[in-house]
Order: sequence, then C-alpha cells, then structure tokens
Amino acid sequence: MFSDSDWQAIGLTLRLASVVTVLLLLIGTPLAWWLARSRAWWKGPLNAIVALPLVLPPTVLGFYLLVAMGPQGFVGELTQALGLGLLPFTFWGLVVASVLYSMPFVVQPLQNSFAALGERPLEVAATLRAGPWDRFFSVVVPLARPGFITASILGFAHTVGEFGVVLMIGGNIPGATQVVSVQIYDHVEALDYANAHRLSLAMVVFAFVVLVALYSFNRRGRGVFSVGAAP
Amino acid sequence: MFKRVRWWWLAACAFALPLQAAEATVAVASNFAAPMAELAKHFERETGHRLTLAFGSSGKIFAQIQNGAPYAVFLSADQAKPRALEAAGRVTPRSRFTYAVGRLVLWSADPARVDSDATVLRSGAFRKLALANPRLAPYGEAALQTLTALDLVETTRARWVQGENIAQTYQFVSTGNADIGFVALSQVATDGVISSGSGWLVPANLHEPIRQDAVLLRRGRFNPAAIALMDYLRTDDARAVMQRFGYSNPEDYSPGD
Repeated sequence: MFSDSDWQAIGLTLRLASVVTVLLLLIGTPLAWWLARSRAWWKGPLNAIVALPLVLPPTVLGFYLLVAMGPQGFVGELTQALGLGLLPFTFWGLVVASVLYSMPFVVQPLQNSFAALGERPLEVAATLRAGPWDRFFSVVVPLARPGFITASILGFAHTVGEFGVVLMIGGNIPGATQVVSVQIYDHVEALDYANAHRLSLAMVVFAFVVLVALYSFNRRGRGVFSVGAAP
Repeated sequence: MFKRVRWWWLAACAFALPLQAAEATVAVASNFAAPMAELAKHFERETGHRLTLAFGSSGKIFAQIQNGAPYAVFLSADQAKPRALEAAGRVTPRSRFTYAVGRLVLWSADPARVDSDATVLRSGAFRKLALANPRLAPYGEAALQTLTALDLVETTRARWVQGENIAQTYQFVSTGNADIGFVALSQVATDGVISSGSGWLVPANLHEPIRQDAVLLRRGRFNPAAIALMDYLRTDDARAVMQRFGYSNPEDYSPGD
C-alpha cells in the first residue's frame, strides 16, 4: 500500500514525536511547576515567551531557526564550538525545533493542573513528613495526571502534524528529516493525489485510534484513582 | 419598445468593452514574483487594465484552479501543470505558450567559493549541496540532469539537501546552511549577471531548458485584460524586463516542444 519512502517517513515521524514528547515532559514539567507557583516579576514575560510559538506562523519560526542555527547564527556558532556541527538538515535539529514549537502545548495544560491543585494537598503531605521530591511524585503527579496525559497527547499530536518548521529546516532527507507531513505535501505538489490521500487517511486513522485510546485510558485512570484515594 | 432600447444599450456596451479598463486576477508561480510585479506595472500603465496578482507554488495554484479559483491567467513555473490543466479542460484551447526560460546557477554566498569551472563540485570540497526537489521543481529537475551529465550524482547524493521549491533552496544557501547549491539565476542576478556571492552559470546544454508556460484559463477567455496580458508577455518590452531579472527568452532555444 505504501512505498518504501512512505514507510520510512512514517517510522521517522513516530520516532521524532516520541523523542520530542519525552523531552517536552522533562523540560516542561519543572517549567510549568515554576510558572504555576512563582510570584517573581518575570513570570509574566516567561509565560509570554513560552506561548510565542503559537503566534508566529510555523514557516516564519522555521526561517528564523534556519538563520539562528546556520553557520552565522548564534546557535550555529555555539553548536560548532561544542563540536556538534550544524543542526539544520539533521534529526536532532528537528528535535530541537519541535521542542520549541510544541512547548506551549505541554506547558499550559501542566501549568493549569498544577495551579488547580492549590497548596492544601502539599501542606498535608508535608505534615506527614514527605520531602519535596516525595511530595511531587506521590501527590502532585497522581493528582495532575489528567494534565500530564493531555500534555503528552497535545505534544505528540502537534509534533506529528508539524509541517512548516520541518519544511524550513529539514531539507527533505529520507530517514533523517523527511517526515509524513512533508511527504504528503510532496505528493500533493507533484499532483500525485492518490498517494497523498492514502497517506493522509492513514495519518488520520492512526491519530484517531491513539487519541481514543488515550482519552479512554485517561477516564478509566481517573476512576481508579478516585476509588483508591477515597479512604 | 423597452426591449429594443435594452438591446441598443447592450450592443453599445459590447463595442465599448475593448476600450474600457478591465480587471483580471493572475496566478503566478512564486519564482516569477519579482519580474511579474514589474511587468504588471508596465502593463497597467500601457493598457489601462488592472491586474491582481496571486503568488503561490504551481502545484497549489493547480489544485486551486481545479477547485474553482477565480484566476483568468496562470503563469506556471513549469510546463507540466499547464498541460495537466489543458487535459482537464480548464484552459482556453491553444492559448498555452512559453513566456520565459529559467537559467540554473551553481551558487554560494561565499564570494570565493565557486569558480567559472565549478571545481568545487568535482573536487567534492563542500559540506552540503542544496537543490530543489527534482520531483516538484523544474529547477531541481534541471539540477539533477546537470549532475547526471557531469556524472556526479552518486558521489554527491549523500550530501544533498532539498528545498520544496527554488526559493527555499536559495534560503538554504544564502544562510550558509548549505555551502553551495543550484539556484535560479533570477535569484542572484541584477541586470542578468550574478551580483552576489560566487556562481557558475550552468551551460544550457547540460540540462533541458527550464520552460515556464502561461495559459489563458477558461474563466478568463472573454476578459479583455487577460487576453491583453497574454499578448503583452510576448512583447519586446516584457522580454527586456524578464532578461533583466535573469530569464532567457523562449526564442533563444530551438522549439522542440
């Protein structure tokens, strides 16, 4: 049903979205925690910076990433000085760009669910002599679980659907930067509508199945938790 | 009586039409945006007609026309899309012609990188070679034909980076992310000569001519502005403008279409 290059693009897209989602949770969780609880004056500006990728058109963001990551850009100079070479046209370049681009979709649901927790559960845990890390993993993470699931879904889905940024810094290299969205675009531009329809349909069906699974898991999860937490 | 008066009025309008200023919406391939803006100014001044220009990739414009976009004329970046529209019955019969021929350049933003023999390409002394996607862009197809003619496809393939179109390919090279790349002469030329970085004008015998075709769409077949524009694109005035922007005239190539 699919050509080899289509399969390669599918595999690459799943790998990219998985790596990006894990990184986003690792970076986004402490960031969202801080944003939800801090009273520092620069909380507002930092919040705005995290949300900025929502405003910029993806191709525009991609263009400036291309410039910044290029040999004359400040990021490019840094990566070259570190012996990493240049990021554009590489898998890890896409990872960095996608993390930036999808950050608001992970930080905002987490931040909201952290803020909704309030102080009370943490204070109670502290009186039971739970340390800060214990409080976070035994109290915050289970209570904010819907937030984590929403954040993961949005981060993953947004990376799968990402197009403009990849188009600008990818260079369409099979197995490294040629993801499904770009592959569909290529088929459309080449007037190969049959293959575009096939690949789009597969993408939509896949996304639907994953989302249904996650949402029902989320509902069941909450049920189990509320039963367990009742006593 | 009333009916007769209306007939007269209609007839008068029909005679007046060619003299009156009309309006046409023209879909233009992005690579031709800069010369078209200039051409439109000349055209409007000379004829009094008004043009509305819509820029986009030829593939997207094709899909839009197939789905009812209100364009009167389509200036494509290739021959394939106008031909496909012809086959789909969207085009005024026999209106298709080559309005410009693109020229390919091996170019670098570094003024000392590409010499007149393109030594850099043969020696392999580069990191990344940018070209437009050969499947999508005529300039990419020409770049692939050039590399094939020079027998360099296999040795360079691992270092290719492909732009979706020639504008993006130019961005890869101008930002230095690719140190060399095949771009359009129109992107790096002022008054027909390479005016920034360093480049090698690829000899025209190394690839098929990059013909860009125009069609009068069925929607525009009675539009005086659209018909006048099709004529204007063949005038010496229009060709002089295109040449300044780095395009060759179709007559410089043998008609092998």
